[in-house]
Amino acid sequence: MTAVITVPSSLDDLTFEQVLEQLAQQPMDAKVIIDARYTTFGTPFGLTALLTLAQTRVEKAEFLPPEDADVLSYWARAGFFRYAEDLYSLHGSVPRPRNTGESDVLLEITPVVKSDDVHTVVERIQQKAAQILINKLHLEPRATMGFTMTLSEACQNIVEHAGTGGWVMVQAYRYKKRMQGRYMAVIAVCDAGVGFRRSLEMGSRRPLTDRWDDAAALETAVVNGVSRYTEPGRGQGLKGIRGYIHRRSGKLSVRSGTARIAYVPSWDDDVPRRGDLAPFPGAQLLIMIPEKPAAAA
Amino acid sequence: MTRIDVGSVLRHSANVPFSDLVTRSTGAAVRRCIERELAELQDGDVALLDFSAIGTMDYSCADEVVAKLLLALAAQDSATGYVVFHGITDAHLEAIEVVLEHHGLALVVQFADGGARLVGAVTDDERSTWELVNARGSSSPEDMAAAAGRELVEMARILDSLRRRRLLRIDGVAYTPVGPVQ
Repeated sequence: MTAVITVPSSLDDLTFEQVLEQLAQQPMDAKVIIDARYTTFGTPFGLTALLTLAQTRVEKAEFLPPEDADVLSYWARAGFFRYAEDLYSLHGSVPRPRNTGESDVLLEITPVVKSDDVHTVVERIQQKAAQILINKLHLEPRATMGFTMTLSEACQNIVEHAGTGGWVMVQAYRYKKRMQGRYMAVIAVCDAGVGFRRSLEMGSRRPLTDRWDDAAALETAVVNGVSRYTEPGRGQGLKGIRGYIHRRSGKLSVRSGTARIAYVPSWDDDVPRRGDLAPFPGAQLLIMIPEKPAAAA
Repeated sequence: MTRIDVGSVLRHSANVPFSDLVTRSTGAAVRRCIERELAELQDGDVALLDFSAIGTMDYSCADEVVAKLLLALAAQDSATGYVVFHGITDAHLEAIEVVLEHHGLALVVQFADGGARLVGAVTDDERSTWELVNARGSSSPEDMAAAAGRELVEMARILDSLRRRRLLRIDGVAYTPVGPVQ
């Protein structure tokens, strides 16, 4: 029997939970169809998470692409179908990505497997993003460099901890949900690897506490800066990301297993911690950096 | 004086065609290469680590290249050389300051015009004393104590701390800046 998993019309980090809740009702080896026909909006998190989802299925899932031509075109430009073609059994035809000149996609969906991939990501983002980050987000050059460092560290989490490849995508767009439509730079990094809990267990870095679950593991790694590696300098990547996010009034959320933790800025109404979520392997990071307000720019 | 072009080390040791110091594995490869060069230093020699050709440096790489290098130098009782950093930009400092604070380390940055700055985890006393030595040049503890209006014992303790951290050199009984480097 094949189960149909409906993708919400607006797919972001929060609504992706609806996809996972539907999947949780199916065995891992069940045949599923991911139905995105009526999806009209997808964030970088949504797109990279959909590719990650495909990697978790024992049997290759089928995928019904969005019907809306503009959405389909955008997903193609974002590089989604380039990888979805291998990971899913795609229904129907999808457009080839075309170079349309200036784009708000700062980094198309890019696989991250090894250290060299991080170099490539950093090189590409610097070539394409600097002007947008300075002119639209009004970030000063040092903050632009901080953005690149943040991206680099987020990608390195895959190389260092996931035990499998993952995906990264970066986009800048007007954030209509809040912030009076100010520009927002968004980094999404998703993998279907071992996740934070297993990573800490592999390094015997589980804290001496009775409460040990995905939420505790996230707290240990993201909040307390504990790495699976015992070297004193480890854990500084996430610490650096947190510091950058804090200075830029940005948002950081990390999902792993059945939990999600977030540093929530004043402009957002997300909750800092969610547990008992539908299970999903690996780790999924979302970083949002808002445009500097006019008075501060 | 030995000048080490970190950009060149990056290209050759890590075998990457880019100018960015990112990822731990890249940082480790670059550090090992620099350590080999530092091992050749003679007593009192200064190595100028030139970061002018480096673009982005992330936290992990700063930890591998900068922090671990300084930790290794500090751990070697018989280490003979000194290290001065050159070509450091504000953007590099974004990562370097974080890792220095994390490990309680400090380093000397030298600018193209010969000026120098202390970066990292130092006390107010250490910083003011270092700046005084840097401004005066070679100075005895007695001269420094008089110039700073401090007790000699206290000044000697601060100077010795800066020497042990390789932020000042000692030449006979006088303390001198690690630079200038010709």
